[in-house]
Amino acid sequence: MLAYIVRRLLYAVPILLSVNLFTFVLFFGVNSPDDIARMQLGAKYASPEAIQRWKAERGYDKPMFYNPARAGAAKFTDTLFVDKSLRMFTFEFGSADDGHDIAREIRARMGPSLAIALPTFALGLFAAIVLALLLVFFRATALDFWGVVGCVVMMSISSMFYIIGGQWLVSKTWALVPISSYAGGLDMARFLGLPVLIGVVAGLGSGTRWYRTLFLEEISRDYVRTARAKGLSELAVLFRHVLRNALIPILTGVVVVIPSLFLGSLVMESFFAIPGLGSYTIDAIRGQDFTVVRSMVFIGSALYIVGLVLTDISYTVADPRVRLG
Amino acid sequence: MAPVLHRAAVAFLLPVFARGRFLSAGLALALAACGPLPNDPHPLDERGQNILYSAFMERPKHLDPVQSFSEDEATFLYQIVEPPLQYHYLKRPYTLEPAVASEMPRVRYFAADGSALADASDPAKVARSVIEIHIRPGVRYAPHPAFARDERGEPRYFALTEADLADIRGPGDFAWLDSRELLANDFVYQIKRLAHPRLHSPILELMAEYLPGLKTLHGMLAEQAKAHPDAWLDLDAFPLDGVEVIDRHTYRITLDGLYPQFLYWLSMPFFGPIPPEVDRFFSQPGMASRNLTLDSWPMGTGPYMLAENDPNARMVLARNPNYRPDAYPCEGGPDDAGAGMLADCGKPLPFIDKVVFSREREAIPYWNKFLQGYYDAAGISSDNFDQAVNMGSQGEVTLSDDMAARGIRLTTAVSPSIFYMGFNMRDPLLGNAQADAAERERARLLRQAISLALDVEEHISIFLNGRGVPAMQPIPPGIFGAREGEAGINPAVYTWHDGKPRRRGIDEAKKRLAEAGWPGGRNARTGEALIVNFDTTANGMGDKAVVDWLAKQFRALGVQFVVRATDWNRFQDKLIRGSAQVFFMGWNADYPDPENLLFLLYGPQAKAGGQGNNAANYVNAEYDRLFDRMKVMPDGPGRQAVIDRMAGILRHDAPWVFWHHPKAYSLQHGWIKNRKPGDIVRNGLKYQRLDVAAREAARARWNQPARWPLVVSALLLAAFIAPAIRFWRRREQATAQGKADKGEAA
Repeated sequence: MLAYIVRRLLYAVPILLSVNLFTFVLFFGVNSPDDIARMQLGAKYASPEAIQRWKAERGYDKPMFYNPARAGAAKFTDTLFVDKSLRMFTFEFGSADDGHDIAREIRARMGPSLAIALPTFALGLFAAIVLALLLVFFRATALDFWGVVGCVVMMSISSMFYIIGGQWLVSKTWALVPISSYAGGLDMARFLGLPVLIGVVAGLGSGTRWYRTLFLEEISRDYVRTARAKGLSELAVLFRHVLRNALIPILTGVVVVIPSLFLGSLVMESFFAIPGLGSYTIDAIRGQDFTVVRSMVFIGSALYIVGLVLTDISYTVADPRVRLG
Repeated sequence: MAPVLHRAAVAFLLPVFARGRFLSAGLALALAACGPLPNDPHPLDERGQNILYSAFMERPKHLDPVQSFSEDEATFLYQIVEPPLQYHYLKRPYTLEPAVASEMPRVRYFAADGSALADASDPAKVARSVIEIHIRPGVRYAPHPAFARDERGEPRYFALTEADLADIRGPGDFAWLDSRELLANDFVYQIKRLAHPRLHSPILELMAEYLPGLKTLHGMLAEQAKAHPDAWLDLDAFPLDGVEVIDRHTYRITLDGLYPQFLYWLSMPFFGPIPPEVDRFFSQPGMASRNLTLDSWPMGTGPYMLAENDPNARMVLARNPNYRPDAYPCEGGPDDAGAGMLADCGKPLPFIDKVVFSREREAIPYWNKFLQGYYDAAGISSDNFDQAVNMGSQGEVTLSDDMAARGIRLTTAVSPSIFYMGFNMRDPLLGNAQADAAERERARLLRQAISLALDVEEHISIFLNGRGVPAMQPIPPGIFGAREGEAGINPAVYTWHDGKPRRRGIDEAKKRLAEAGWPGGRNARTGEALIVNFDTTANGMGDKAVVDWLAKQFRALGVQFVVRATDWNRFQDKLIRGSAQVFFMGWNADYPDPENLLFLLYGPQAKAGGQGNNAANYVNAEYDRLFDRMKVMPDGPGRQAVIDRMAGILRHDAPWVFWHHPKAYSLQHGWIKNRKPGDIVRNGLKYQRLDVAAREAARARWNQPARWPLVVSALLLAAFIAPAIRFWRRREQATAQGKADKGEAA
């Protein structure tokens, strides 16, 4: 397995390089260094000289990919691309264009993002699986029918409705929890209850329906009949045998997103004033801060690759027949 | 040796300085007994304290006074850094008065031969203006580690290591904090920082026109910075021609020529004090990577100091225990006494102990928290406008019954801003600046026809909820040069009727269009259709309605309207290249002087080629001459006459469709006192006062939790679970035939 993991990680290098190259080309296709400088200096009194000085000081005055003014390898290394993109492979994110340290910003924002994303993810997964198994348990009954109808209704409603409706009902009308805000330590629970609840409920319809489909496929298998014939209770059959055998498709969709939980959720964090990473990339794109954009894209790509590797590893845990090699 | 203050002592002294400390403590105890409100978003231990709660939508990008230049940042910075001058809080029109300066600076004028001039009545003779600024003695900085010294009198924190900084998140985390007296050299040091090569001050070029020494200094500093990339640049070691320290409390600035508006700049943090020790302190290795910079942690002698800087969540200003003696004003505008704005006359400032700004990204939670009493004041977004405000048939604005019942008050003020639709005067159709007189006249008539056709009042009513005043010229009401009544209207577009302006209407626009050679929107000679291209960044969903409305207005004139939507960068490129045709643009005045608005149409400020602020690239020799004259004139009838003539030229030439001056609507709860709107006065926090007991009572009244939903939810859950359990039991006990009868099973 180790050889497999090493191989997959080595594959990651060209993928990350390509992602960086695309990010670089796309970003500078839309924003020229002059635009970036103008954005940083403000539109009011930014003179051409000031723009030039800013670019020179921040290294934005270099050619993109090829520097004819330099000699030897420096023709390629003393360029904007190498300066602004490739350094990240050493995990040197540097400073944002407004001078703030990017690594520090990510560290500070990661905690709040995880504080909301992790419980939402775990509870949402748990609730959806349990509900799906229960619907399977009550399959072909009125409860199953109305349960599926409920799921379809729930998944048809926009997540914004859950958020705004939840805030209006629970916080404003019933005054049970704060509408939005965030605090560290134990006080965190006061602020996370509502967003986590809304996050779980908003994802419940689609999750439950998807898992119900997986479980229904398993329930007609021979091993299920065998388990029942052994005299196991229906709940034991479902939670011990069907769940375990349906794990592969569940893990495929679930494990890959676990590393990305660090990156937070834009909408939830915005509405609930969670100071997480959710809006960091969007703010940077709006502010034309390439240093932040490329760092976040790099981290996002790296985490996605890690997620895919973890998914493969998780198969071997869920199903001993799977061998990585 | 300077007195040294331990952080613990500061922590103890802070509340002592806070007025009403014992009252607050008593109130807090009483509130604790009442129990917390479960939907209170603020830390529970803050209840009952003299804290103002506000929100901010955009994170401040720069807080270094040499770089910061946006309104979002001014909210914080103007409370921390005190420049020599400030605006009177209550007087309108805006009036400068001393802040840390002991008196208004006296400006002396000198001719080229060095001889003193009695005044600046003949601007051509003035070669130099000398401004001498005396600062109040005894003013002290807020506590800061850069001032802390050890027993031998040596700075404690000028040789910090990575280990020393391991647990430091802000200057307040250092064990020792100290202060020192404000000195004239601190102001000079900050002016030198405008030329710092690593700081990129946005006003360096502008100031260098009057202080050429800044450019020389910049050159010297740039060389030094290149030679020693990571070293601190001790600006005291570099002279700045034109700026000098006279004594401990006096410094002198010598400007090239005449620049009366310079005094306004002296009310901005660009010209506030920065102690060299603090600059040196923050330049140590390891500081920047921890965001320990002046850009994150500004400091000064202002009424507040930055106690918490988390721009992603909350910013906290705490009362500066060393704030100089300062008192609430006893004079104001004509309505101020009646509005109770002078009730606190002579009382020491600031009133509020702490100001907490929370980051709000979405308008809905922000608005709801305001209604719950958890924010003390709020603006009104378009979504909430109908809930908050009633508009009368005549456009009069009143609070809705619900808001009034809550004791909420509405304040409105016209912002010192102008929005306009610009015509690119280099455009062959609409500007035609290079063509002969007849062609230029045709273009002028076409611009006037468009000005007449676009119903600005309708736009303000539909899209801005009436929050704007139609503009008649670039200068907004409240700034010298603007005229009210019939004398203030744009006669090219309006007539005066029944005591108010009335648009001339579409028929007159069509007439003007025909005079321009485009009868019915077609070229009189060739029959070619008239097409106007609108360059805009408005390509979102919400912008479509505005663009459709504009198209409709142009259609009514018979003109084909083509939208060229693009992103902000390309739009800027078009303006710089001079390839845009018609566009929307706005300007927020830096200071309340007509010069800062009329320069938007000054020829040498042309955007195309020069990247100035004249986006229309308008050039009129007479206007430019008048501008040069007006710029250096003192306010008075003479200056007003020149401005009137300039406005007349603009109305005739119509390089802009004068659109509107925005009107800011602000809501505030009844417990917040002394809050006077006025965008130019940015240091207004120190004047505001809270009735904390009234706030707590209102919050308790408005936020009583409803427990019944929890009970109902539990019952509903039980109602679902119970039959499910019954079903499960029956199923578990069922036989192969599906019967759960005990007897049958047996």
